[in-house]
Amino acid sequence: MSDPAHDPRPLRDPAELDDPLSTAEVRQETMVINMGPQHPSTHGVLRLLLELDGETILSCRPIVGYLHTGIEKNTEYRTWQQGVAFVTRADYLSPFFNEVAYCLAVERLLGITAPPRAQVLRVLFCELNRIASHLVWLATAGMELGAISVMLYGFREREQILDLFEAATGLRMNHSYVRIGGVVMDLPGDGLQRVEGLLRMLPGRIGEYETLLSRNPIWLERNVGVGRLPAEDALRWGVTGPILRAAGDPRDVRKDEPYCGYETYEFDVPVREDADCYARFEVRIEEMKQSLRIVEQCVERLREPGPVMIEDPKLRWPAQLEVGPDGIGNSSAYVRHIMEESMEALIHHFKMVTEGIGVPEGEVYQPVESPRGELGYYVVSDGGHRPYRVRIRDPSFVNLQAVPQMMEGGLVADAIAVISSVDPVMGGVDR
Amino acid sequence: MRPDELAERVRPRYPDVLVARGEAIAVVERDRIREALEELRADQEVRLDFLSDLTAADWPGRAPRFWLSYGMYSMEHRHRLRVKVGLPGEDPRIDSVVPLYPTADWLEREVFDLYGIVFEGHPDLRRILMPEGWEGHPLRKTEELGGVNTRYRGTFVPPVDRRIP
Amino acid sequence: MPVERLGGFRTGREDEGSEEELRRGLLLTSLDRAVSWARKQSMWPVTFGLACCAIEMMATGAGDYDLSRWGMELFRASPRQADLMIVAGRVSQKMAPVLRTIYDQMPEPKWVISMGVCASAGGMFTNYAVVQGVDTIVPVDVYVPGCPPKPEMLMYGILRLHEKVRTEGTVR
Repeated sequence: MSDPAHDPRPLRDPAELDDPLSTAEVRQETMVINMGPQHPSTHGVLRLLLELDGETILSCRPIVGYLHTGIEKNTEYRTWQQGVAFVTRADYLSPFFNEVAYCLAVERLLGITAPPRAQVLRVLFCELNRIASHLVWLATAGMELGAISVMLYGFREREQILDLFEAATGLRMNHSYVRIGGVVMDLPGDGLQRVEGLLRMLPGRIGEYETLLSRNPIWLERNVGVGRLPAEDALRWGVTGPILRAAGDPRDVRKDEPYCGYETYEFDVPVREDADCYARFEVRIEEMKQSLRIVEQCVERLREPGPVMIEDPKLRWPAQLEVGPDGIGNSSAYVRHIMEESMEALIHHFKMVTEGIGVPEGEVYQPVESPRGELGYYVVSDGGHRPYRVRIRDPSFVNLQAVPQMMEGGLVADAIAVISSVDPVMGGVDR
Repeated sequence: MRPDELAERVRPRYPDVLVARGEAIAVVERDRIREALEELRADQEVRLDFLSDLTAADWPGRAPRFWLSYGMYSMEHRHRLRVKVGLPGEDPRIDSVVPLYPTADWLEREVFDLYGIVFEGHPDLRRILMPEGWEGHPLRKTEELGGVNTRYRGTFVPPVDRRIP
Repeated sequence: MPVERLGGFRTGREDEGSEEELRRGLLLTSLDRAVSWARKQSMWPVTFGLACCAIEMMATGAGDYDLSRWGMELFRASPRQADLMIVAGRVSQKMAPVLRTIYDQMPEPKWVISMGVCASAGGMFTNYAVVQGVDTIVPVDVYVPGCPPKPEMLMYGILRLHEKVRTEGTVR
């Protein structure tokens, strides 16, 4: 196997740099530095091999695979419904998107649609997840560039959102909430009040971030002009999401190939022209505000009650779940029903949980717009009770290929700014 | 274009085209893959200029055994086409499309790593997700899920109930 | 403990017993206990967040569930300056040698908390890619289960480790 430090691709020629004190000329050598995989600023276990001439990066080789978990192979050995629990841990900062994409793909294979209230709940939680993910991005980006208090503010807001997730789904992260056929539980009694509380609080806080960072001279110095990736190069590298939108291309899966009823919501897709780290920062802040707009519209639609799971008994998740003091579990009314009242219900529950559902043969590709770009699920079924192939097209995996182009020619300190503006989540990269 | 219109447009040159579940899927022979992707990009009505996903599936009982799937998307027309190529089990080789779509770099490396399909003409084909020196291609159906035994740097750690204290 | 003020004003030197001395703020102890107490008071973790548990670990260090109350908000990037390694997340086969190297680079005394089921036992991923428990690679002191464990659970694990450090003595 070849050594990654001796990659055969051509490096940038040190003679192109016009620095008179270039170490390449003075000392006839350049320095190879290894950043990661354990590093406070590389957003997880990303390893970068940097060849440096002084402080200038001549070449950058990202090495991934340090978090490879075998999720795709594992789903082939479990039932279709258990796939949700695996898939939600791929891109762990946006678990709802993983679940929604997987369930939409399986529903297309089955030929069913989730009820409208379930679709609205999916959109609501996805948009709140987008805000939570962008808050983590902002917190870590701020901390890595030195604005440590942004870290604490970002996590403070995120805690409020996670409180809502916990009340509604039982878990703060990696909720297996979106299931095939709908969502597994309706909002709790005070769910809508909680969401409205978030809607009142978040716009002011996002305004605080803008006040703190948008005109901050240090933030501008470190981000403006750093890590440029023009739109044509981005498309050649397969880059989607905020990076592409910051380069001027308005592609957004929610607008181009709508799912879950996104065509009925009013929202804008923020686009900037500069294609540098600062433009990506602006795009993400604006995306948070647009997500709040969508959440407002969801709240209006959730005022009328309705079913959240399809009726077909061969496909729906059999249990009624509820969030109790010790977490999420079958509601006591349902347990009484299957244990004491009805033998058929017990048998049915047992079959659905152990054997699962059968999905007709075929294959499908379902894209969604995750906070990092186009997240796609390619699901293949051979007609059985287990998935045959679940492929996760993760945006971070493809976006990281563009990182060398963004970094080469820049300084080492800019490397940190570039990585944090790409916002990779290594769980999705390595799966 | 809608999937059926797209399928009709593509059918004259690639007759093995079908529309299923709202998607257009074209099957191409493996020797023609580069030519096919170039044509599909050059045709102004079709204009599939974005490679969104490159992956494979293993069907050990069938011939051909490996089925590569190229997910193509058109930025202008906003339609998708999936191009599928079948590869035999004993010598799965195919031309790399990296000269056409640089994004295929890591995607092809991942397929090589997990399935053992060799992409000829790839600038740097080596493992990306598994450690260097790993033997086997984990996502093939003939490989086990693996598990409880830990292989670590030459040593072997059995599961908890079989460890000798 | 607040200093108790007796009624009346004390002037000058008087003949005080040891209880008076204690109330004045003097403590008698053994070197062992003092060193153990000092060790647990400000353990510095090394940044070893891998996956989802890392986010919960960052949330534990952030404002709502503050790790700074125990002097631990400073996550040292360099293992040479840290004495606690919280393995937060699933450890893949490629990462295992790196984990061991970081552990070897930490100076004694050092402790390991295995956070989450993936680090403790492989979690839901019983497959070729995940090491089935980091205790096959490094010696673990406290296992914190959960997927991911809530910040309160991690804090409980940390406090149990503090108890262990406080009581186990410095001669190992």
